[in-house]
Amino acid sequence: MAADSIAVPLPRTESRSLLLDWLCTVDHKKIGMMYIVYALIFLVIMGCEAILMRIQLARPESTFLSADAFNRLFTMHGTTGIFFVAMPILIGFGNYFVPLMIGARDMAFPRLNAFSFWMTAFGGILLYASFFTGGSLLHGGDAPAVGWFAYAPLTSPAFSPGHGTDFWNLSLLLAGIGSIGAAVNFIATVLCMRCPGMTLGKMPLFAWMNLVTGGLILVAISPLTAAQLMLMADRFLGGHFFDPAAGGQPVMWMHFFWIFGHPEVYVLIIPSFAFISEVLPVFSRKAIFGYPAMVAATAGIGFVSLGVWAHHLFTVGMPSYGNAFFVLTTMVVAVPTGIKIFNWLATMWGGKIRFATPMLFCIGFLFQFLIGGLTGVMLATAPFDWQLNNSYFVVAHFHYIIVGGILFAIFAAFYYWFPKMTGRMLSEKLGKWHFWIFVLGFHLTFDFMHVPGLLGMPRRVYTYQAGRGWGVWNMISSIGVIFQAAAILIFVYNIVHSYFRGALAGNDPWDAWTLEWATTSPPAEYNFSSVPAVRSRRPLWDIKHPEDPDWKYE
Amino acid sequence: MRKFRLRVWLWRAGRACVAALCSASAVFAAATPAPFSPTNIFAPDSTPARSIFRISAFVLEITGAIFVVVFSLLAYAVIKYREPKDDDGHEPAQVYGSNQMELAWTVLPVLIVVVLFLSTAQVIHRVQDARAPADALQVTAVGHQFWWEYRYPQYNFSTANELHVPISDPGHAVPTYLGLLSADVDHSFWVPRLAGKTDLIPNHPNTTWIDPHQTGIFLGQCAQFCGTAHANMLLRVYVQSPDDFQSWVHEQEQPAVNDPSTAAGRALFVAKACFACHTIRGTMAAGKVGPDLTHLMSRDTIAAGILPNTPENLRKWIQDPPAMKEGALMPKVDMTDEQLTQITAYLETLK
Amino acid sequence: MSATPATFADEAAELRPLSRGRVGMWCLITAESAIFLIFVIAYLVYMGTSLDGPTPKQILTVPVITTICLLSSSATMHWATSALRRGKLALFRLFWFVTLMLGTIFLVGTGREWHRFIYQENFTIHTNLFGTTFYSLVGLHASHVAVGLIALATVMILALFGKVKQEHSERCEILAMYWHFVDAVWVVVFTVVYGLGR
Ligand code: HEA
Ligand code: HEA
Ligand code: HEC
Ligand code: CUA
Ligand SMILES: [Cu+2]
Repeated sequence: MAADSIAVPLPRTESRSLLLDWLCTVDHKKIGMMYIVYALIFLVIMGCEAILMRIQLARPESTFLSADAFNRLFTMHGTTGIFFVAMPILIGFGNYFVPLMIGARDMAFPRLNAFSFWMTAFGGILLYASFFTGGSLLHGGDAPAVGWFAYAPLTSPAFSPGHGTDFWNLSLLLAGIGSIGAAVNFIATVLCMRCPGMTLGKMPLFAWMNLVTGGLILVAISPLTAAQLMLMADRFLGGHFFDPAAGGQPVMWMHFFWIFGHPEVYVLIIPSFAFISEVLPVFSRKAIFGYPAMVAATAGIGFVSLGVWAHHLFTVGMPSYGNAFFVLTTMVVAVPTGIKIFNWLATMWGGKIRFATPMLFCIGFLFQFLIGGLTGVMLATAPFDWQLNNSYFVVAHFHYIIVGGILFAIFAAFYYWFPKMTGRMLSEKLGKWHFWIFVLGFHLTFDFMHVPGLLGMPRRVYTYQAGRGWGVWNMISSIGVIFQAAAILIFVYNIVHSYFRGALAGNDPWDAWTLEWATTSPPAEYNFSSVPAVRSRRPLWDIKHPEDPDWKYE
Repeated sequence: MRKFRLRVWLWRAGRACVAALCSASAVFAAATPAPFSPTNIFAPDSTPARSIFRISAFVLEITGAIFVVVFSLLAYAVIKYREPKDDDGHEPAQVYGSNQMELAWTVLPVLIVVVLFLSTAQVIHRVQDARAPADALQVTAVGHQFWWEYRYPQYNFSTANELHVPISDPGHAVPTYLGLLSADVDHSFWVPRLAGKTDLIPNHPNTTWIDPHQTGIFLGQCAQFCGTAHANMLLRVYVQSPDDFQSWVHEQEQPAVNDPSTAAGRALFVAKACFACHTIRGTMAAGKVGPDLTHLMSRDTIAAGILPNTPENLRKWIQDPPAMKEGALMPKVDMTDEQLTQITAYLETLK
Repeated sequence: MSATPATFADEAAELRPLSRGRVGMWCLITAESAIFLIFVIAYLVYMGTSLDGPTPKQILTVPVITTICLLSSSATMHWATSALRRGKLALFRLFWFVTLMLGTIFLVGTGREWHRFIYQENFTIHTNLFGTTFYSLVGLHASHVAVGLIALATVMILALFGKVKQEHSERCEILAMYWHFVDAVWVVVFTVVYGLGR
């Protein structure tokens, strides 16, 4: 059927080395791949940091790590996870597939795209340079030890001498500029580069969600950038923004950080929703249920998420009406999120579900995100949060969403789109091993992590006393990591092995419906040999079912 | 008019739910034997902690119910709609949406959210806006890297690391109101069985309150990352009967014991610059950087709850504080063994 | 699939694509606005809370002339771009140059103000909270003016070499959007720093 999608390689006028080809590329697919590979490397690094922390915490009063080393590890683990694993991997997939799904040749600003990637990449490298800039490596060098939200005044020169905090600050500033660049690109691409016939209402949800993410990044990352500029003024120029001795307000940093920090977590979850919204219908063999509601819910989540930040600050002593306000806004987010969950369930309802690996990860996502969301509602209950804040319950909540939700969605995306990106299938057999072992490890680690939180264990403690009743639960959590690591090793092996030896994928291995499956695997540099035109949200469905096309119903 | 009625109705519904839960959880709490852990948040022993416990139980039940429903739907879909082995290859019927159903699963969560919000707002108000009665005990807690200072403004003394408060039984309610300040970075005061946590932030004075219903020792610890030794900034609250508390207060108000037999140690305390950081009332030592040592020996623990206050521990501590507590801000002071013995002997007289 | 492309040519014509340059600039402006908003909030929060002097009242003088210059540069910028759109290159160069000069006057004005503060009043970013918030907010704006001026100067040089033609009016208008934004921000900064804050 897809006669027009057979690639005709363009004659190469100059031959550059392969390396230079990648380093200088402005092609959205290559940049997307670079984001993804870069993030995978950091996933393993931050996972190794998690392993070290879990060894230390497995037993009470353990002396495996020094206090300083532990404090540096969780700071680096969290910072890396958010900024150099989750963000780049999601932006990477967006980069690769937004243009393909909307039938565009490339992103709107290819050079800005490359610039954004290299800013992010440089940020990550700068962050990790801190390990090697003084102090003993055994204690974590001069890596930052202020936690990923770096509350003032712990970050002031008086309490954070050395340059760890500056590394944290500068690297995130660079990565932030990179993210803003990427957001500009997503928005301009989606708004200006769609192929003929693809109105906004006919875009795949994937494009919609990346559009909303882009908007969220613009207004969310900038406050962090601003706050970091202030911190820089304090640390380098002797300013007093967060200096209590001169009348500065540390609480102001908290607000500025979370005005960024909360929308940020939705910047991570919305692209994950995007993956699920593409994968789940294909493997249920049904159109997405309630497309307009899905779009509205996404926009709604994005909008409301700008007004909920202070649910991270229920314990800093806001007036009672302030607390109540943020309880309300936070809980309101459950409504559009619920719409999504129910629409996905309705998509599966009455379908013919195929349990290929991408679908397994989708189902894992639904199950775990549901629980993570509900523990979020518990945290949103301010009084409950007075107990749970900064306890292991919070750590369990967000790993449930970040690992159990976002990481699962990312794995789903890998198994689903790897064939398109490389032309080869990932091994289904290894994929199922990966899935089940990771599920086991995930639940061992993070289910049992809720309990010490309820028993009063604060987070960010490098040690704890015996006799608090926390030991067993921590031991189980730590054991779970062994399985997670094993599963990720299988996954990495699967990627490397399948890249060279995997079964050939063909253009459309999953019998899917969006435009990326209409071109070759991997797509040629120019994506489509002729610009496709579409009449519905599922152009390939229309072609495959000319007797009953979608556009009759939309 | 109609809107107004709806609100009243919702208030009532929320209140009824809370009331039902209160009784349910009271039964549950009463039936619970010894707490699972000394810091179990589900074993409250003071009014704010109890209010929190009740709303928590309510939210747990609602979210638990939502989980059961949604999970059942998911499980049903996964089992019922799997592709049959002998599939005919036809695509299933395509359904694009349903306004009624989507409306239903928008409105239902909205109602749940309203109920949750109203019951939460009530508890926030009750706990946070409670006024201190005139006879409440006032204590100012100051967070330091990495220890606690407690000032008793009504009695004019201050102490460290072990907070003493009177029991507040229904017959004779004496709640304790804590002013929360910080001397350096952010900390958080968290004794789970007595109250939720409240942060201590520079330039941002906070308050919290407790009214413990039982005597005994309640544990907790600093809950806001405050630097290297954050993990070792433990909290101990001693709840005493009114008489015990009064005699403790009386004892604390006295200046330090001056035992002539330990004059050597006392001189060393000045010579070795200990006095620059520590206060011992009745001597020239009036430092503010470290804990008040006037009645050091009345405390069960040293170094913010991590070491039992024994002569050996005291000696080891003075010999090399950062070795006993990584990151402690008391420097290692060079001393001979003999000097160490003398200074420890002196400290041991500070009853 | 092979049949699809041709069929929708007419439908495609209906969809007039947005200019990605403009969309991109709007995005940038949104992000920048958020940055300025945070700095303005910090300024407002710390207004009047400095522990010691000097206070804004003691040293700030309202920069009337430079403000007039900066605001009128928006008008000249507008005339410049509309001249270019109509192909009147000489007029375009004239107005573009005037814009550049007005912007430069503004920046020099800020420079002189700062020079006076630092060398005569001994008032720096380190002095008190007012100093911290003042220099960072006004400095953030000034740095945006500087970036704008560099971009304007680049176009000016190209224009003098005859490289800017009517077909470049879209790009110049996008640059003009940035310049108008910088002006609009000054209105806010001016109100906050020299109005409310004094
Ligand atoms: C990407 C990740 C992500 C996502 C999507 C969320 C989603 C939510 N989060 Fe979470 N959260 C984090 C990541 C995330 N969070 C992180 C990283 C932190 C800690 C940061 C740190 O301190 O280091 C945190 C911390 C955090 C806190 C602060 C805790 C504290 O520090 O004291 C709170 C408090 O309100 C909260 C609440 C919520 C809520 C209400 C949601 C909601 O969006 C959830 C909505 C979903 C559902 C509710 C389930 C589905 C809905 C239905 C089935 C409909 C019916 C349901 C109802 C009517 C209730 N989160
Ligand atoms: C993307 C985000 C992300 C991800 C994926 C994870 C993944 C994990 N996280 Fe993390 N975490 C955060 C974001 C994330 N986390 C954040 C933001 C914080 C807060 C930080 C702060 O407080 O400032 C945090 C904090 C945090 C803590 C609390 C620390 C503390 O407060 O003291 C803990 C403790 O157990 C933890 C554990 C884990 C574990 C076990 C995993 C596992 O899922 C990891 C699984 C991955 C692996 C196991 C890697 C596999 C490795 C290999 C295959 C290589 C094997 C090779 C060798 C063994 C040589 N995380
Ligand atoms: C630079 C300041 C400083 C000096 C000098 C100093 N201390 Fe300390 N001291 C501290 C601090 C800070 C702590 C609290 C440490 C902690 O728990 O983290 C402390 C704690 C103690 C404690 C435990 C108190 C308790 O209740 O937990 C004792 C005892 C003590 N110091 C004795 C001494 C003696 C004896 C000397 C002199 C040899 C001395 N200190 C010198 C700062 C100092
Ligand atoms: Cu004090 Cu943590
Ligand atoms: Cu949040």
